[in-house]
This record gives sequence, structure tokens and C-alpha cells, in this order.
Amino acid sequence: MIPAPFTYYRAASVEEALALVAEHGDEAKWLAGGHSLLPLMKLRLAQPEVLIDLAPLRELSYIRDAPGHVAIGALTRHHDLEHSALLAQAVPLLAHAAGQVGDQQIRHRGTLGGSLAHGDPASDLPAVILALDATLVVRGPSGEREIAAAEFFQGLFETALDPDELLTEIRVPKPAGAGWSFQKFTKRAIDWAIVGVAVQGTSVALVNMASTPVRASAVERALASGAPPRDAAAHAADGTSPVEDINATPDYREHLARILAGRALEEAATRAG
Amino acid sequence: MNVTMTVNGAEVAAETEDRTLLVHFLRETAGLTATNVGCDTTSCGACTVLLDGESVKSCTVLAAQADGHDVVTAEGLAGPAGQLHPVQLAFRREHGLQCGFCTPGMVLASVSLLRENPKPTEEEVRMGLEGNLCRCTGYHNIVRAVLAAADDMAAESAEVTR
Amino acid sequence: MSILGTRVVRTEDPRLLTAGGTYTDDLRLPELAGALRLTFVRSPVAHAVISGIDAKEALDSPGVVAVLTAADADDLPSPDGRPTTEPLLAADRVRYVGEPVAIVLTEDGYQGEDAAELVSVDYEPLPAVVGVDAALAGTSLLFPEAGSNVVRSGGGPAPDAAFDGCDVVVERTFPNQRVAPVPLEVRAAAATWADGRLTLWASTQNAQQARDQVAGALGLDASSVRVITPDVGGGFGAKIATDRDTIVVAWAARRLGRPLRWVETRNENLLGMVHGRAQRHTIRIGGSRDGRILAYHLDIVQDCGAYPRFGLFLPTLTQLMASGVYDLPYCGSSFQVVVTNTTPISAYRGAGRPEATAAIERAVDLFAAEIGLDPAEVRRRNLVPPDAFPYTTPGGAVYDTGEYAVALDKVLAAAGYPELRAEQARRRERAEVVQLGVGVSCYVEITAGDYSGGETSRLVVDGTGAATVYTGSSPHGQGHATAYAMLVTSELGIPMDQITVRHGDTDEVPRGVGTYGSRSLQLGGSAVHQAAVEVREQARGLAAGLLEASETDLELDVSRGTWQVRGDPDTALSWAAVAGQAGPAGLAADVEFKPASPTFPFGAHVAVVEVDTETGKATLLRHVTVDDAGRVLNPVLAEGQRHGGIAQGVAQALLEEVRYDPDGNPLTGTLADYAAITATELPSFELVSMETPTTVNPLGVKGIGEAGTIGATPAALSAVVDAVAHLGVRHIDMPATPLRVWTAIREARW
Repeated sequence: MIPAPFTYYRAASVEEALALVAEHGDEAKWLAGGHSLLPLMKLRLAQPEVLIDLAPLRELSYIRDAPGHVAIGALTRHHDLEHSALLAQAVPLLAHAAGQVGDQQIRHRGTLGGSLAHGDPASDLPAVILALDATLVVRGPSGEREIAAAEFFQGLFETALDPDELLTEIRVPKPAGAGWSFQKFTKRAIDWAIVGVAVQGTSVALVNMASTPVRASAVERALASGAPPRDAAAHAADGTSPVEDINATPDYREHLARILAGRALEEAATRAG
Repeated sequence: MNVTMTVNGAEVAAETEDRTLLVHFLRETAGLTATNVGCDTTSCGACTVLLDGESVKSCTVLAAQADGHDVVTAEGLAGPAGQLHPVQLAFRREHGLQCGFCTPGMVLASVSLLRENPKPTEEEVRMGLEGNLCRCTGYHNIVRAVLAAADDMAAESAEVTR
Repeated sequence: MSILGTRVVRTEDPRLLTAGGTYTDDLRLPELAGALRLTFVRSPVAHAVISGIDAKEALDSPGVVAVLTAADADDLPSPDGRPTTEPLLAADRVRYVGEPVAIVLTEDGYQGEDAAELVSVDYEPLPAVVGVDAALAGTSLLFPEAGSNVVRSGGGPAPDAAFDGCDVVVERTFPNQRVAPVPLEVRAAAATWADGRLTLWASTQNAQQARDQVAGALGLDASSVRVITPDVGGGFGAKIATDRDTIVVAWAARRLGRPLRWVETRNENLLGMVHGRAQRHTIRIGGSRDGRILAYHLDIVQDCGAYPRFGLFLPTLTQLMASGVYDLPYCGSSFQVVVTNTTPISAYRGAGRPEATAAIERAVDLFAAEIGLDPAEVRRRNLVPPDAFPYTTPGGAVYDTGEYAVALDKVLAAAGYPELRAEQARRRERAEVVQLGVGVSCYVEITAGDYSGGETSRLVVDGTGAATVYTGSSPHGQGHATAYAMLVTSELGIPMDQITVRHGDTDEVPRGVGTYGSRSLQLGGSAVHQAAVEVREQARGLAAGLLEASETDLELDVSRGTWQVRGDPDTALSWAAVAGQAGPAGLAADVEFKPASPTFPFGAHVAVVEVDTETGKATLLRHVTVDDAGRVLNPVLAEGQRHGGIAQGVAQALLEEVRYDPDGNPLTGTLADYAAITATELPSFELVSMETPTTVNPLGVKGIGEAGTIGATPAALSAVVDAVAHLGVRHIDMPATPLRVWTAIREARW
């Protein structure tokens, strides 16, 4: 219930953070809100020897209006996303989904960057970012690069981030239309999604249907060829590989994906007016 | 490492392991045992404290992360003359506690909830407390207590502005 | 006007709300200064032979003072030779994941967790026995010397003729699934020895039984053991007396010659603390098409886990209450208790009675569905009538008082039953995605089942006029300090804030039984009441002397707490004055209250759920209850007990279950996976008042603590099945998770 011993560093700037991670290599992990990493460390499923606390980097916590997109600092907390007037107006899908993550206490600590970098397909925000076609901005020893959301999530807890890179910003294109929906299906409100569906316009992404968040491309193709929502949603499980666990069989997950995708598309259509 | 934080208005400074959890720092080093440990998976909320005025689960915060910050535990909620916080008073009036183990965390989670949403609906209270488990009360009176506290606090600020 | 029956907020709360309770791990006593921390090494496998334990690496770990195993326990009485006896630390075999194998003693707790990982235990796995079928098959035995996994059995099948004459007979097998008690405070203990005497602080529901158990296990006389109960953060039956882990703490403290402290983690608690329920039921119910039930048989297979603890006896309680509130021409039962490679089973809120009620209520619903009659009406046609009390059941229980039809009518009225059925019909007609389900349950249960043990109370009024109650009861949230003070103030007029209630320290209260089985107010409270009456009569004599009047001319003005000559307030004497006359020890009475029988509270619940027929998810909209536990002395406390019980009862119906894979590995070993119910899954409850007093004790009270669990589980499950009954579903196993509901709908449609 307590982590194995480690050494704690606090980075005062992005440069210092990168220097620290270069020094300690793969013994080090970033610490943002800590609500993905610390639970794993407390169960000793992760035992990094070095933690680099990014909390002082206040300059990485922001939600800014930019031409064509909203720029979000990686250290922006779920709470701040949830309560952002800018996001509520410009990208309500993200504001709403952030308010579904964990509970009130978790949202006071957890960050968007931390959640995305953790790469858990059962988390809410990776699928949302995928549906929004966001771009992730990363700083490393060789400078800055941009990674499309579609390339960012590579496997179970695996992202395109190199261990010596720091996620600094997420650029979310401002959606053209007003249609969005987030359907999160759980046993208890506090649980991770058994299955979730994020819809922005005609982009559909799935939570917990594979080892990464995935776009329901068959649904999107069906929509593009004029299928009504429920018919398009019938393809929601195509190409997915849902797991079996205590809450669901793969069969049941596939069924839920279809139902939730249909509901999400219908709700998005209602919002689009 | 050396950690210094303000706890219930007083400075607490101590040498502690880097991996010390805030909840253990509060219980063992600061000697404040009202905050309880109820689980290993950030599920139960018994360890909830206010960090810079917002509810957090202190079992999932390192003492090192609270260095330089402000912590309030249940022991620090009462006023300077010992007057109970409206949430504490409401919990008593409405019988919102039985064994009391979840109570410090539940009260602080409620305080934080009401700070952010002073007039919650019943559903918002239940959602707001989704991260706090209680095994004794069935939540019925806890919800009543939070709603009552919201009314009391609204009436108080109405008084103040008059 | 008496304080009894009025709403009184708790005297316990100011402290709990500000400083917080002092639970066992909060103790900061001089006697425990320098205490070492104890950490258990527990088996990660369900069934194995231990072929070696290597502590070398652990002993080199920082802060480690010692590592102890069963091999070091040579200072204990010899085991009793029964094959199924549970050891303190596992010696040659482990039989469940979480079983204690070794202990590490360190300077601090963090070091203990580090060092425990370094103790290397060699396990040679054996085939795991998981589930009652595997146990009954017997191909792998937990106790080869016992020759079988069946450790107890009783009862028998129904006689052939029992179901003759039934138009309709329904048979079904379903689980009453294993659940975890999950008190918010996990198990904890602290121990110190001085001059051959043990002082043990433990999170227990009864210090006196804990003392006797620890003394026996360590080969000591009870006088060598003092158990002190700090605040306890919930028990629910799982903290009755104590268990092997706590006894190990006491033993190791003696071994080390140093004070020790222990607190488990929640993950340990979910495997190491006892589980509840775990019965498999096969019901057979038969009757006539007009709704009359003629015969009912219940077969129970009790999974008692790896070692027989109280799980051995749970089926007896289930058998006793098998017929429920119904007047059945034939009711029989049979049971087997089997061991499996899982956590041992013991009492959990209701202990055998929720099982009985869940079984017969499910059976009645199945019968009602088969004959096509309304399930509330079928119940009404079979209830024990009000003129039949005291009523002896086929199981041998003698119900004291009951008004079952009144309870049913009240709950149906409060729920608006006809309107609910009308709304249900509308939604069915429109084939709506979200359907409405209504579940009705009627229950009766036995409280103070161990009434012959009684309960103790000592009451002292001292020269300041203050009163102290020493009770054998042991609260862990129930509010005894408030309730017992109310009893004293009601009888003697001493103000509440001058009454202290002490419990849980065997040096202060050497004789007592404790708090479980919903016994405290009826037994402990009656003892307090009786002690108050005795003190009052002692005082009367002394006051008569002081006032130079005859006792018959005296009266006690309870509203002022003064003695006076009748009608002459100028003669008023305070309790301080009268008690001062009694000598330095004041006035005192020592009572052991033993009633002649247990009591049988009863009630009826209605649950209203919505089921999303596309996803299978059930949402509880309303839960309406009548819980008649006799006279209510403090509605605040009674309601709180009902609320808590309802939540746990609904949780079993809809959400919670402990699961193992076929190798005995736990699948629900953390609170992230074990679906303990939260505020978002529950509505506010609707409680209806009903009080049918008992004549068994002078207070007229029955037990209320477990009623909620007993009535709520079958009502909530029934509501979910009812919501999709029109789609052809007759039954869904508990818990009715979305997956189970969806599967039931699918299977019914095909």
C-alpha cells in the first residue's frame, strides 16, 4: 500500500525537467497529478527509482483560445477543464468528459497530460482526444515535435512518448459543428468505463474496446455514406478487440459499443439541432 | 527530504522519506489522526483533506507534493473559538455519521463540494460524494446533512450581506 | 413527557466530528511507545504445501527486528487434533489466498511492507477447490485426514408426499453470493505485556469474548488478559471476538517482549477478514392456482471457506427462519457445509437470516409468476395471521408478536403500488427501452438469537450526582452511549450530559456478551433499564431516611431529577445528596438481563427500479420500507440502522460479490474491483413507521440493526426481475449486474 523507495526531484522549469530525465534515463518517471502513477506505485506494479515532480511548472497549466484551436497545457487539471468557460463554449465534449473522470478529489489533482501519457484505453480522455483529432506537442532533448492523436496511443499503457520526452501541450481543433456526445457506461458512477463512446460531429472514438482508444472507423464510413445513426452504430464493434473481465464478456462489450454509439450519435444530432 | 507545509494554520516541518504519503505525514508526523486510511486504491475517500482549499485524497498525494502548500484536516475545520463548521453542525443534526470512520473525509469532501457548488441538487450531492464510501449510514442522512448545510450557509451569507 | 420515543441527536458526535474517533491505529499511548510494527506475509496461492520459508533477505532489510513463522510458535497449547483446526500461522499447508504464513517485525510500517516482500516462501501448489460443486466432488481435499470437504450436514429431503396435491411445483437453484463486509476501518490491534499480563487493544465487537478467545489460544487464564476496545469503525459481524491475525499480534508481543502494533491494508482486509453469505439454494415450492402455498423445501450448500468458523452454523439460522412470514402446511430444509480454498465465512449483517428470506421470497415470486397472480397478493394469502401469535414455525422458532398483513399493506400504500403497476403497464405497452420493475418482500427475522447469554449492566451514581453505565454491549456506530443515557435519564432524571457510558474494557466490564445479532438495545438496554430501576429503589430508601418520610410518601421528579415528599417541592433532594448518603462508592446496581426468548422483528419492503433493456443496467429509483422492531426509543438511531441495512441489502442484490477464478485467485481483491455501493447508486429511502411491541423484555423493543439487509435484498432483486418479466425472464442470479440482466433478457428472447 506504499510505494517502494524512490528519490524525488522537483523540476523548476521545463529545461530542468528535461535535464533531470536525461540524467536518470529509464529509472525516472514524470509526476504530474500522480493519480495514474501513484496508485500503481502503491500496489508496487510500478517501481521507478526516480520521480520528477512537474507541479511547479505552472506555465504548463492553461486553456487558451488560439486561431482554429484551443491550446491546453499538459498540466491542466481535469477540474479546470471541467469548469472552463472557454471549453464549455468551444469544445464542450472535452469539458463534459473531464467532469466524468474519477471523482471530485481525483479531478482536483489529475491532469490531461498525465492521463494521456499514461495510455490506459479504459480512461475517458484518450478516446475524447482521439475523437477531437487533437495534436500533442512534445518537448525532448532534440527539441519540440507534434504527434497526431491518431499516432499517439500505441498499445496498452504505451504511447509515442519517448521516456526522455515531456508532453507540454494539447492542441484541440475547434469543432465545426455543435454535435457531440459522451456515453460512459459503468456499473457504479465511480468505476472506469466498461465501454465508452465519444462523438464529435461524425468522429466516433471508443473507450475500453481495444488495447488503445480507437476510432470506430466503420461507423464513420457508414455515416459518410449516409447511414442513419443507429444503422451506422451497428458497426461500432468492427475491428475492436474488447477484453473479458469481471464486468463484461467481449460479446457484451461489443453489444454495448453498438448501443452506446447509436445513443451518442443521436444525442449529437440533437445537439447539432 | 525536508518537507514543510501549513496544516490547520500551523507550520509543520519535518525530515521524511521521499515516498511518505501525505496521509501518513499528517497522522504520524503532524500527529493528526482524524484523517483515516481506508483502502489502497484511491477508492474510499476516508483520507480526504483540503489541499489549498480543494478536496484531495491524501493517500494519493506525496508529502513532498504538499511541501509549501496549505492543508486542512477535520481537526482544523472548526472556527478559532471552536465553533463547528456548518457542515459539521449539519452532520450532527441529521445523524450523518455512525461509526465515524468515514466522517472526517466525508465532511471535508462536502465542504469542498459546497465551495464549488453552493446550491447543489440531491443528485449533485450524491455525484459529488461518489469518491467517499460509507458503510454505516446508507448515505441517506449524509445527503440530508450536505443539503441542510448548503441552506444554512446560504442563510448565513444572506445575513452577512444584509 | 419521557425522552424515550423522541428524536435525540447523538452525544458521540461532537468528538467524532472534530477530533475524530480514536480507532486502534490512532492510539498514541505511553504503553505503546516504541512499539514495533507487525506485517503479515500472506499466501499468494489458494492451496499449496509450504516446502520452505527463507527469511534471510528479509532479516537484512532495514528496520527488521525479527521474522517469525509457525515453527516459532512452540509456546502455545497443542492443537486439539481435529483435522480442520485453523492454525495461527500456516505451518505445512496454505488453504486460501491471504492466509497468514509469517510475520515481520520492524521499527516502522513502511519497512514492514518492504521486508515482507523479501520473505521467500516455497509453495508446491495443490489443486484448488473453488465453488461448492468442486468441494462436493471431493477430488481435491482441503483436509485429507477429514476424508471429505463436507464438514457438517443436517436436515433431509422433503417427504415424497409433501408436494402431492400441488397444482404447481417450481424448482430452482440460485446463489446467495459471497460478499465482503468492508467496514471502513480495517482490522487493527496493539499488544503489550507486563508482568505476565497481556493488554490487547483490538477493533472488536465484544472485548469479553475476544479476551476469552485470546486467553484460550495462548494457554492463559482469562485473568491474564485485558482487552480494550477503542473506537471501532464498523463491524457488521466480521469483528465478533477476534481472529487468528489479532491473536498472532498478542503472541508475537509476548515472544518479542516488546509492544507491537498492527493494521492491515484494505487489500489484506478483502482477503483476510471473513466474508459473508456464500450459500447455494435449491428451492422447491408448490401450491394451488388460487395462490395458496402448500409446500416449501430449501436445500442449502454453505461454502464456509477454507476453515470452519461461524460459517459452520449459519445454515442452522437459515433453517430456523426458512418459512419466513408464511403459514406453510409443509416446510422442510436440508444443508451441507463444505470447505473451499477461499476466505473463511462468518457472520455478516443478518448472518443466515438474509439467506432464508432471500430464498423464500424468490420462491414465492417464482410461484406467483407460475400461477400468474400478483406477487403481493400471493404473499397476503399466505401470511401468518395476527391471531396466531406466539407462532411456532416448522423450523422450531416461536415468533413473539407480528402483524404481517398490516406491514404489507402499509408498505404497498406508501409505495403507491397500484400507480406503480399502472406505470409499468404503460411502459410495457409502449415497449419502452427503460422499463419499470416493482419488487415486494415480506420478512421476519430472529434477533437476540443468543438471548440465553443475556447482557450485563452496572450502573453507578456518585456523590456528584453523575451516572456511569458499564455495559457489556460494544458499539461500533450504533449510538449506545446516547441510547443508554436516554434510558437512565428517562428513569432517573439525571441529565444526559451527566451520564457516561463505558464499554469494551474487560477490566472495567469483566462480564459481557457484546454487540451483534441486533441484541444490544433489547438485552443491553433492558439491563441498563433494570439497573436504573434498582438504583432508583436504593435511592428511595436513602431519600426516605434523609427526608424522614416513608418511602411510599416519596416521589422522584424525573423532569428535575430530584427526590421529594410527594407534593412538596421544597423538600427536593438532588441525586448528589442521595448518592452521597450511600457512601464513597455511591449507588450501584449490577444486572444481568436474560430474557426467556429471542424476538422477531418483521416488515415489508418495496423496491422500484428502472432497467435499461438495451444495456441491462438497473437503477434503484425508490426503496420503501416498513421495519417493525417493536417500540422505538430514538427514531434517529432506528432510522440510521434501517438506512445502513437497506444500502448493504441493495448492494448484495445489484452490485457486490466476491469472486475467485478456478485456481482460487481473488478477482475482487481491491476496492476498485469489489463494487462496494456508493451514494450515486442509491436514492433517499422512504421509511414507514410501525411499532408492534414485544412482551419479551420490559422495554418492548426488538432488534433493528439487521432488518434492512434482510428485507432489502429480495425486494431489490425481485424488482429487477419484475422489470423484464414481460420479456420472458423469470429469474436473475444475484448480483443483478448489467451483464447478468442483459444475458437474462437475451436468453429469454431466444
